[in-house]
Amino acid sequence: MKKISTPLTDQMINSLKSGDEILLTGTIYTARDQAHKRLSDTIKKVKKMPVVLGGQIIYYCGPTAAPRGKAIGSCGPTTSSRMDEFTPLLLSKGLRGMIGKGRRSEEVIKAIKKHKAVYFLAYAGCGALISKFIQRVRLIAYKDLGPEAIYRLEVKGLPLIVAIDSRGRSIYN
Amino acid sequence: MRIISANQINDAVSDLCIRANIDLRKDVLQALKRAYLKEKNRRAKRILNAIIKNASIAKREKLAICQDTGLPVVFAELGQDVRIKGDLKSAIRKGVESGYKKGHLRNSIVDNPLLRGRPSYRGAVIHLDLVKGNNLKLTVLPKGFGCENKSQVKMFNPTARIEEIKNFIIDVVKTAGADACPPFVVGVGIGGTADYASFLAKKALLRSVRVSKYQSIKVVAKLEQELLREINQLNIGPMGLGGRATALAVNVETYLTHIAGLPVAVNISCHALRSASRVL
Repeated sequence: MKKISTPLTDQMINSLKSGDEILLTGTIYTARDQAHKRLSDTIKKVKKMPVVLGGQIIYYCGPTAAPRGKAIGSCGPTTSSRMDEFTPLLLSKGLRGMIGKGRRSEEVIKAIKKHKAVYFLAYAGCGALISKFIQRVRLIAYKDLGPEAIYRLEVKGLPLIVAIDSRGRSIYN
Repeated sequence: MRIISANQINDAVSDLCIRANIDLRKDVLQALKRAYLKEKNRRAKRILNAIIKNASIAKREKLAICQDTGLPVVFAELGQDVRIKGDLKSAIRKGVESGYKKGHLRNSIVDNPLLRGRPSYRGAVIHLDLVKGNNLKLTVLPKGFGCENKSQVKMFNPTARIEEIKNFIIDVVKTAGADACPPFVVGVGIGGTADYASFLAKKALLRSVRVSKYQSIKVVAKLEQELLREINQLNIGPMGLGGRATALAVNVETYLTHIAGLPVAVNISCHALRSASRVL
């Protein structure tokens, strides 16, 4: 299986093809519904972003609380399509990768192709298993959103499937 | 008159929330293992293997099977010869809150659907039924919303053919697709009113996924078997990436209805179908 480290480079993204199974090591940021709404409002109002999106990967995930002695609780992917209305704007601000589950809209696929990004799938409904690949967690923004806050995760060897590659080819087609 | 205290209820609900969320139902786990053995698609097999492994890690390390620990749906069947000392519904809600906190489960509940606000551990959907006897049976079904969002109800004409009903159910499954985390357990409620059919569809998820054995009405048993066979030919598969395992079971519940109608509701569960029961 191909091993990929963050930050994602153009060359790396180019080499990924829809259907590839990879192991990801490095830094990713969680964000789901409400965080997307806030990030999108911040961009529209031209205010300071809590995360610099350039070159980064967003993981659609709201983890459970970490039990004592663990970095994180259960932390699988949530349904990506709910983020579709915000995604093209985030991609236009430099976001390069997304991790989630399920299909994306035509607009998102077009934006992925335009901005040479990539959309990965994580094993859906396997939050306990995925927690094994997360080494460190840090709260970055929107603490009031609880599990929907933005967390920075350091991951090692996280298994992912390339669902939409930078040429806009989807695993579902 | 038997007395059950609010404290007993609170403690039982708290334990059930934790048990349901970390210890996958035995019938569901066995169905997943059977699906793994039957699966021929290699990627689907790898995903099913991860799902089975996930259940064992969750149980061993007392972690939630899925980070979406759901909106707790609590079924309380109260014997009419029981007197509750204290407030039943508030005991259930307190039990949910303490179980979710203690079990490191997720605070996924917002007080108002329009105002949203800060997520909390407080709240449940409670279905209370008065039955004969002097027991209280409590069941907690934590329902994740990836699959709950795909629920549908359709009011058919009473003259509708069985094929029309089947096509509707299969279309709901197709629409749910990858988003709702297949392989599914498909809960179907037929009859009653629009709301009651929805309730039956949810209740159908509590039945064992070893379908036909538990279905006494022949025509319904046949419908369950045919639907399961047809759904597993859709090639949706685990994570929607193809394969045989699109559904583990189709559970249909029926009820009397009006001469002018035929309500059909579908409530899909993801592969992490979690529930736990206890009789007080």
